[in-house]
Amino acid sequence: MRRLRAALIRFKAFLSRDDRSSRAFDAELESHLQLHTDDNIRAGMAPDEARRQAILKLGGIDRTRQAYRDQASAPVLEHIVQDLQFALRHLVKAPGFTVTAILTMALGFGAALAIYAFVDAALVQPLPYRDPSRLVEVTERSLQVAHANLSHPDYVDWKRQQTVFSGFDFHNGRRFSLATPGGVVPVRGARVSPGFFKTLGVVPAAGRDFRDGDDVVNGPGLAVISDAAWHTYFGGRADVVGQSVTLDGAPSTIVGVLPASFHFALRGPVEFWTPFRAAGPCETSRGCHNLLGVARLKDGVTVDAARAEMQAIAARLEREYPGTNKDQSALVGPLAAQIVGDIRPILLLLSGGAALLLVIACINVVSLLLVRSEGRKRELAVRSTLGASSGRLIRQFVTEAFVLVALGMGCGAVAAAGGIRLLFGLMSDDMRARMPYLDAVGLNWRVALVAAALATAALLIFTLAPALRVRFGELREGLAEGSRGSSGSAWRRLGFKLVVFELATAMVLLVGAGLLGQSLYRLLNVDLGFDPEALVTLQIAAPVPRLQDDGPAHQLDAQVVERVRQIPGVRSAALVDLLPVSYNGNTDWIRFVGRPYSGEHNEVNQRAISSAYFATVGARIVRGRGFTEADRLGTPRVTVINQALVRKYFPNEDPIGKRFGDGDLTPNSLKEIVGVVEDIREGALNSEIWPAVYYAMDQDPTTFFAVVARTAAGSEAAVLTAVTPAVRGIDPDVITSAPEVMRQRIQDSPAAYLQRSSAWLVGGFAGLALLLGVIGLYGVIAYSVSQRTREIGLRLALGAERRTVYELILGEAARLIAAGLVIGAAASVAAGVLMRTLLFGTEPWDAPTLIGVAAVLGVAALVASFIPARRAASVNPIEALRTE
Amino acid sequence: MGEKADVWQGTLALMILRTLDTIGAMHGYGIGRRIEQTSGGVLSLNYGTLYPALLKLEQEGAIAGEWGTSENNRKARFYKITKTGRKLLSQETKHWEQATAVLERFLKPSEDPA
Repeated sequence: MRRLRAALIRFKAFLSRDDRSSRAFDAELESHLQLHTDDNIRAGMAPDEARRQAILKLGGIDRTRQAYRDQASAPVLEHIVQDLQFALRHLVKAPGFTVTAILTMALGFGAALAIYAFVDAALVQPLPYRDPSRLVEVTERSLQVAHANLSHPDYVDWKRQQTVFSGFDFHNGRRFSLATPGGVVPVRGARVSPGFFKTLGVVPAAGRDFRDGDDVVNGPGLAVISDAAWHTYFGGRADVVGQSVTLDGAPSTIVGVLPASFHFALRGPVEFWTPFRAAGPCETSRGCHNLLGVARLKDGVTVDAARAEMQAIAARLEREYPGTNKDQSALVGPLAAQIVGDIRPILLLLSGGAALLLVIACINVVSLLLVRSEGRKRELAVRSTLGASSGRLIRQFVTEAFVLVALGMGCGAVAAAGGIRLLFGLMSDDMRARMPYLDAVGLNWRVALVAAALATAALLIFTLAPALRVRFGELREGLAEGSRGSSGSAWRRLGFKLVVFELATAMVLLVGAGLLGQSLYRLLNVDLGFDPEALVTLQIAAPVPRLQDDGPAHQLDAQVVERVRQIPGVRSAALVDLLPVSYNGNTDWIRFVGRPYSGEHNEVNQRAISSAYFATVGARIVRGRGFTEADRLGTPRVTVINQALVRKYFPNEDPIGKRFGDGDLTPNSLKEIVGVVEDIREGALNSEIWPAVYYAMDQDPTTFFAVVARTAAGSEAAVLTAVTPAVRGIDPDVITSAPEVMRQRIQDSPAAYLQRSSAWLVGGFAGLALLLGVIGLYGVIAYSVSQRTREIGLRLALGAERRTVYELILGEAARLIAAGLVIGAAASVAAGVLMRTLLFGTEPWDAPTLIGVAAVLGVAALVASFIPARRAASVNPIEALRTE
Repeated sequence: MGEKADVWQGTLALMILRTLDTIGAMHGYGIGRRIEQTSGGVLSLNYGTLYPALLKLEQEGAIAGEWGTSENNRKARFYKITKTGRKLLSQETKHWEQATAVLERFLKPSEDPA
């Protein structure tokens, strides 16, 4: 308490820095001397002698004043302020060094912090569920699909027979249509078993979650809504619980609102959660897989034990229901791994890259600091001789490093904020929707902690390196001659190696970016099997009440085609249930008539199209015919297959006229092949072409489909705005979404996005590495020049031309650059082979890329070494020889 | 001149407090004289060291200073002990007595024949 009071008073005095107290003390001192002098005179001394003796007894006026001042204020703080001012003055005097060092650190720190912010959000912060480490995902696995959905009858059996979970529930994604005052809109929904939220350990912020019995077939409509939906559709009103909404045309009562912190990445930003009801063809079929299970492990049960039990149950079901459950086993794994599984390896890779950049940045700053301390040796020697203690000199090094690191970290934090924004820019909306936990990315206290740790480490390195280099014992020798100790050349050799490493790293990253960029170009220009130019698409869902009735749906098909064709600029229009360049999936298992069959899965892409589809998208029929208006409900079912199917199943046969059906060859599943179409890229741009069958939509009515319109060149934009009103004009209850131009759709497709994002990401790192490598090269060459000033001076004095000095320095640089490029080229090819799965139509040893990158890197590096070379060439020989 | 002892670190504050407690308000010069007298001329102070010590005690709230007039009509800053200062004085005195008692036991010739 006492001490604290004293400390506060002293700190206040330090802050106010007023000399009132020191003036008051001068008066007190004067009065002291007078009192003492009076006494001395009284004792018989002459006045002059009396005062002299008084001062002597005091121990000197200035010393007393100084001691008093030290006690009055906080001398340690005052010294620190002096050191800071001194350091700042010095840094300002060398702007080139200061700016380079700070920017280098800002790059290193910025990249590290930005990446760490993502690592923190995805891997460090826990999922918003109770005890999330005990949650597992439970689902099926088949021979073809390692991670398959669960069918509802299987789920019911699994749940009844299992003993390892305290809760076992499931979720199923679903788009709902919501009636709003502005018309029917599509909303993201999910259907879940009643215990879903209890198993997750999530308690609604208002109202209740689902309970047993809520899932009874034909029960009243119920919904739990997300916090976002509560604000979007209900204005965040308190009385939302108990309100009724119209979901898919039926009234539903809102029973609860989820907390704002809740998210469930596996289903994206779901707005409406409803109880799953086991009614409908898929929901009641053991062979129809559309659920994903989530369960909470009982205490003491391991994931492996749970998996073993679920696999045993699946094996029993396989024996019991061989028709549907052949080769269907169980999959159990941590839920968190499932949620962050995609991003985890990417983040770890990025962390590695950021760490590498940070290390390189620190090496560069050390090398810059060394160049500088070399130039300051004499100054330090002078100060040391003039009586500055080595402690004081060390403190000065620390202070300078501190100022540098603080400024570097400040700029780094700004760079990190920018970096985070850039990284988010590389993600599509779809990717963001699947990674809701990334909403927590930001410069929070954990990031600040990491920043503080990094800064401390950097401070230590930056202090120790030059302090060790300029050994204080040698300071006085430094005054006598520019001592070039062995430690100087040792550092030079180390620095050379590090720079070769930096340049090689930059080369690897640049080549990687080049290869990815080329892959992107190839990917966007891959053969699609149709003409993507001037195509406009729109997703359509038929109004819900008509779901059961084929007639009006068929009518809607025809009406949509008719209305869209009437839009000015549209040449033709057609329908398809799944647009090309979506995914390989939505498949059918087929069995050919008249061929041996043993239950194998002949899995083919299945698409339903309207008769004008092939002509509209520009796909060529290579054999037989396409569909016509005559292929309608009630006529014999026909199909068009693609060339991949011909290659796989009819290598030496004419497929026209052949027939296939489902596994049991059910009579109404039989279809006759009437034509072969060119391979249309149904799947992602970079995935292989699967065998595909096309059915006539008139014979296979569907309620979810897309309209594709071929427009006149240049009128895509006009058609894009006109297409939604045209379709909704048919019936306001028709739900439309995602009006797109096909070219844009392809460029925004996940494969293209991934390729572009990785190209930009690697490119970004490559740019940083290039910058840092060049700065590093500059640093060591400048250091080398500073070490050799005397040698250069001597050469010049002996008549060497400036040109030879350039040759000397640039030759040294060129050897380093060449070594970096050669090692980099070899490593690039190796890295290219490793990332081959990311490349598309591009070989890892692509010569133009390697040569181009080497040229860019070489020129940039030579320019960087030209600066110190010029300084070396402009050395004044007389100066160099005199001072050194 | 005979040998004179320097003031031990830390004991100066105690001496100042004790002096002020005994004689009431006093200026720095007077305190210094008084300490030397009390020591019987064994201690020799640099009077300059008094002032940082006085300031420290003042900062800690153990003493309070005020300008006044000396017996021979000189302006001087007079210090007097505060309540906090008395508490501190009794604490420090106790510590010091303990410390000297321990030392004494060490330094006394051993009564143990072994």
